[in-house]
Amino acid sequence: MGQFASDTFQLLTRHVRTTLRIPIWILVTLVQPVIWLSLYGQLFRRIVDLPGFQVTSYIDFLTPGVVVMTAFFGSAWSGMGLLNDLNDGVMSRLLATPVSRGAIIAARVLHAALTVIVQSSLILGLGVLLGASFANGLGGSLAVVLVAALLGSGFSALSNGLALLTRREETLISVVNFFGLPLTFLSSAFIASVLMPEWIRAIARFNPVNWAVEAAREAVLGNDWTVVLGHASLLALFALTCGIFATRAFATYQRSL
Amino acid sequence: MERERAIVAEELVKHYREGVQALAGISFTVRRGEIYGLLGPNGAGKSTTVRILATLTRPDRGRAVVAGHDVLREPGQVRRAIGYVAQASGVDRWATGRENLLLQGHLQRVPPRELRRRVDELLEQLGLLEAADRLVNTYSGGMRRRLDIAMGLIHRPAVLFLDEPTTGLDPESRALLWTDLQRLRAEGSVTVLLTTHYLDEADRLCDRLAIVDHGRVVVEGTPAELKAELQGDRVTLEVEGDTGQAVRALAGLPGVLETVTNGTEVIARVSEGATAIPLLVTVLERAGILVSAVTLSRPSLDDVYLHHTGHRYRSEGDTRVSSLAAGATRRT
Repeated sequence: MGQFASDTFQLLTRHVRTTLRIPIWILVTLVQPVIWLSLYGQLFRRIVDLPGFQVTSYIDFLTPGVVVMTAFFGSAWSGMGLLNDLNDGVMSRLLATPVSRGAIIAARVLHAALTVIVQSSLILGLGVLLGASFANGLGGSLAVVLVAALLGSGFSALSNGLALLTRREETLISVVNFFGLPLTFLSSAFIASVLMPEWIRAIARFNPVNWAVEAAREAVLGNDWTVVLGHASLLALFALTCGIFATRAFATYQRSL
Repeated sequence: MERERAIVAEELVKHYREGVQALAGISFTVRRGEIYGLLGPNGAGKSTTVRILATLTRPDRGRAVVAGHDVLREPGQVRRAIGYVAQASGVDRWATGRENLLLQGHLQRVPPRELRRRVDELLEQLGLLEAADRLVNTYSGGMRRRLDIAMGLIHRPAVLFLDEPTTGLDPESRALLWTDLQRLRAEGSVTVLLTTHYLDEADRLCDRLAIVDHGRVVVEGTPAELKAELQGDRVTLEVEGDTGQAVRALAGLPGVLETVTNGTEVIARVSEGATAIPLLVTVLERAGILVSAVTLSRPSLDDVYLHHTGHRYRSEGDTRVSSLAAGATRRT
């Protein structure tokens, strides 16, 4: 266990360092949410006038949605880093050492979660700068970050598992592209769920992205903490399932060599 | 006895999923402290053998013991005892040389206090001290290769695997790497298993070597033994005309031990080169075959290879390269 923890920490350090060395990545990470918030914020501004929409300011409504969307997309690409390691021979080099096998996956998932935590905090701050006001203050914001991190962990594990099974960038790219937008729009990220058609609402109930959006929005704007807790538990379960999947995929990968 | 044997490979067999047979029962033993070479063309099964010994790939059949531990039953023990330097570099390009070494040392369980000293020592030994804090992405091929080797040595392993260490290097870097490996051998603390498709490299570096072809060992010995086994000299005759006819004309002449064709050349192994040449030329001219050039040489590993496999050594452009190219993608 000690070995697992310290290996995870060392590998996590490596991933964080790599991320910080890509300035363009940091720039995009900062600029993209600004674009989402201001673009969607303007585009759908009048949507709050629709009957059934319970908030009066769209930016209040949108910010948690953008947090979750960014967390989801960012972590869904997490498997790309692992594919680079496979292609560069880094994985073989690691596997020829006594490194804890679990740490290799754990470090990637934690890296995704950590990235999400930083991004989410920044986006919430940007939201406030753009005029959002969150009724539940700092506590609510912390809950949003936590929910986003859970979602990010799940999708990062899923992405790494897929990367190990398919071992092709092309496959991962098509899967993320195929599911990315539909999963975002089959959630209440941009529009209140009461305004969704019945069938979309039915599907959204099984969509982890929607769990996260509902939990995040309730955490900053609402007052029903059982919703937050319930959805967060579902997300934890989702993350756990994906984690098991990724571990299995890693074992399959090693056996296939 | 077991302690004197750093690596034992017994009848290793490996098929890949597509049905390609990589290993057809390869066996050899490496003694402690020696540099042992696996020499063969691309696709002969050298990399697969090393990957099995480094616990990265499971053999379908056979047994392997590295540093006293069975690779299938005690992979953890094997990993602690080995350094593995693959063909594909495996260093992190977005980290500095020092960061790479520190991480590797940690994963190889080098005590933290010793690690810093060890890193400096290796950087110094391999001439990387100045580049130590630069990103590996900025390194030249030769520097990257030396870092690879430093990574493999960080925990003072009992056995070091070097898979094609000089492939793709310019001659200068290659010579530099040879010097490093020769120094390593002089220290005698580590056993090295080296794969190569360069005959001169095997000849120069290896205490003993095995020629590998189609997934099995064809012949094994010290470079000197292997060459001595082929007595006499090599006479290469460039002929104008039918080489097959030339071979028939030369076979059975006194002092001629073996004749083979190679393109427009006829290669004869003879017991005494100086006296044989006039005879060979005369016999050929009498048979109506014009000799345009004659070279006399001592047998090289090239001849050893030719003698044992029945085909001339070709490291590039070989038809079997295609099966290896498939292997390379699979291995990633």
